Amino acid sequence: MIERRPGLTLLAHFILILGVAVIVFPVFVTFIGSTQTAEQIASSNPLSLMPGSNFLESYRLALFGGKTSGGSTIAPVAPMLWVSFVSAMVIAVGKISISLLSAFAIVYFRFPARNLVFWMIFVTLMLPVEVRIGPTYEVVSDLGMLNTYAGLTVPLIASATATFLFRQFFLTVPDELVEAARIDGAGPMRFFWDVLLPLSRTSIAALFVIQFIYGWNQYLWPLLVTTSEDMYPVVLGIKRAIFGEVYVEWNVVMATAILAMLPPAIVVILMQKWFVKGLVDTEK
Amino acid sequence: MASLSLRQVIKRYRTGKTELQVIHGVNAEIADGEFVVIVGPSGCGKSTLLRMVAGLEEISGGEIAIGPRVVNQLEPAERDIAMVFQNYALYPHMSVFDNMAYGLKIAKVPTDEIRQRVEKAAGILELGHLLTRKPRELSGGQRQRVAMGRAIVRQPQIFLFDEPLSNLDAKLRAQTRLEIQKLHRELGITSLFVTHDQVEAMTLAQRMIVMNAGHMEQFGTPEEVYNRPATTFVASFIGSPPMNLLHHAPGNRPGQILGIRPEHLDVASDGWPVQVETVELLGAERLVHARLGDEALIVRLHEGEGAPAVGSTLTVRPRQDRLHAFDATTGQRL
Repeated sequence: MIERRPGLTLLAHFILILGVAVIVFPVFVTFIGSTQTAEQIASSNPLSLMPGSNFLESYRLALFGGKTSGGSTIAPVAPMLWVSFVSAMVIAVGKISISLLSAFAIVYFRFPARNLVFWMIFVTLMLPVEVRIGPTYEVVSDLGMLNTYAGLTVPLIASATATFLFRQFFLTVPDELVEAARIDGAGPMRFFWDVLLPLSRTSIAALFVIQFIYGWNQYLWPLLVTTSEDMYPVVLGIKRAIFGEVYVEWNVVMATAILAMLPPAIVVILMQKWFVKGLVDTEK
Repeated sequence: MASLSLRQVIKRYRTGKTELQVIHGVNAEIADGEFVVIVGPSGCGKSTLLRMVAGLEEISGGEIAIGPRVVNQLEPAERDIAMVFQNYALYPHMSVFDNMAYGLKIAKVPTDEIRQRVEKAAGILELGHLLTRKPRELSGGQRQRVAMGRAIVRQPQIFLFDEPLSNLDAKLRAQTRLEIQKLHRELGITSLFVTHDQVEAMTLAQRMIVMNAGHMEQFGTPEEVYNRPATTFVASFIGSPPMNLLHHAPGNRPGQILGIRPEHLDVASDGWPVQVETVELLGAERLVHARLGDEALIVRLHEGEGAPAVGSTLTVRPRQDRLHAFDATTGQRL
């Protein structure tokens, strides 16, 4: 807009700031909580909005576990962060590789029932994880994959959304490019590596961000397939810290929540430029 | 370098049970080092024919040979050809250098030789200062030259051009036409050039193939095609404005079509009386759209001859040595 009306600018800013405040306030409260002691949180009502002095202690307890002054035992979050990180990475990288390859096959190879295969993949979009969670659990448990990284990640790797996205992208790549590569002597896989993959890198980046966060935030599925503590992802850790103990150490819970929020935030911040490019770029 | 032979080449498309034949047995022998242009209206099968030579379309019947080698079953990369596409088909993420070097890299040519060959081609095409740029940073004309450079570095037996000038503006097109001619003189590589533009065809070709609806209508030098068109289609397709084709001209036999080009009709005291309908001034000349009996006729006059009044009767005399006779049913030259 190029209108210059101070009142309007002021109003626009007010609404924007209000929006930001609504989003940021809970995160801020979480952070403030994590800097106070458990007693401070329990005794103050409402919660004080000034940072306390217990920052280092809360995070040390959350990360490495130990006994609190209240007498409860805290499980360390550091290994859970590692489990979450590995699962999210495997899910994101796995989803992207499989989708790239299946989209490549669907778009560039003529094989019998090609359309049928595409529609079969597409139809799985209609079924969310929750609907097929029973049979999936059965399969994973029969294969002995409970409490393993494979059990946490493999069932979540197949992705119709990503396949569909790459298919649509590949369809926009001009046919002449394929033909030029054929004349240059590039076989199918060579074309895939040298031409298609570099052209898709912005879409890959955008998808990586989305899928990493998707993998990191998985709750229901890890809840089912992990029973041993050393395979808990951090999202489960938060829940356990709240319901597992007699006396809830809220400062540690808050610290855990902040720790769980950090990696996805870092991924978004680091890949923001690519992410936006991948979503809006039309240049081929 | 090599010759190119097309023997009874046929192309059919099969969709379900219906079969569509788009090329009907084309025969042509193209000599080593020759520049041949395939020209025809859109949909006549000229691009399909070129793509069959390239190996991008399967050959449904007949034989294509490059030199002594029948290439029907060979992959495009094994045919020793290079192709320039209409929209250039440059790899968008590669620099100009990498675009030109890609084919050589795959063929495992030593790095030193790749550098040398790319730089030589870049020199010929004046691309030396652009080697590190990406295609999107280049103008249309420069992209076109990169596409040609990519073809040159491969040192192929045959160059294939698929309407490479149609994305350029008129001025650049004329200039690139001259460059292609110069390039062909210097390198002497057998070339097959597809276009729908008859001016391109006439100026570039040593010999030209005129195609219509999947049939080769004529294969000859531009002079032959212009002076002795083999069919009524060639007569009306080559030359602008097209040749007048008259069924009822004075002195014409039944079952025969008489053809005369607009530039071969002179204003005279005796001859054919024609009614003037419209007059167009094109600078150095004037086109008179007229009527001879019930048939339309175009006469080309020099600007100096003055404009005949619309509605008046003009007497024109055809030059007897420039009259063409065609069979009215087959359209073949008699």
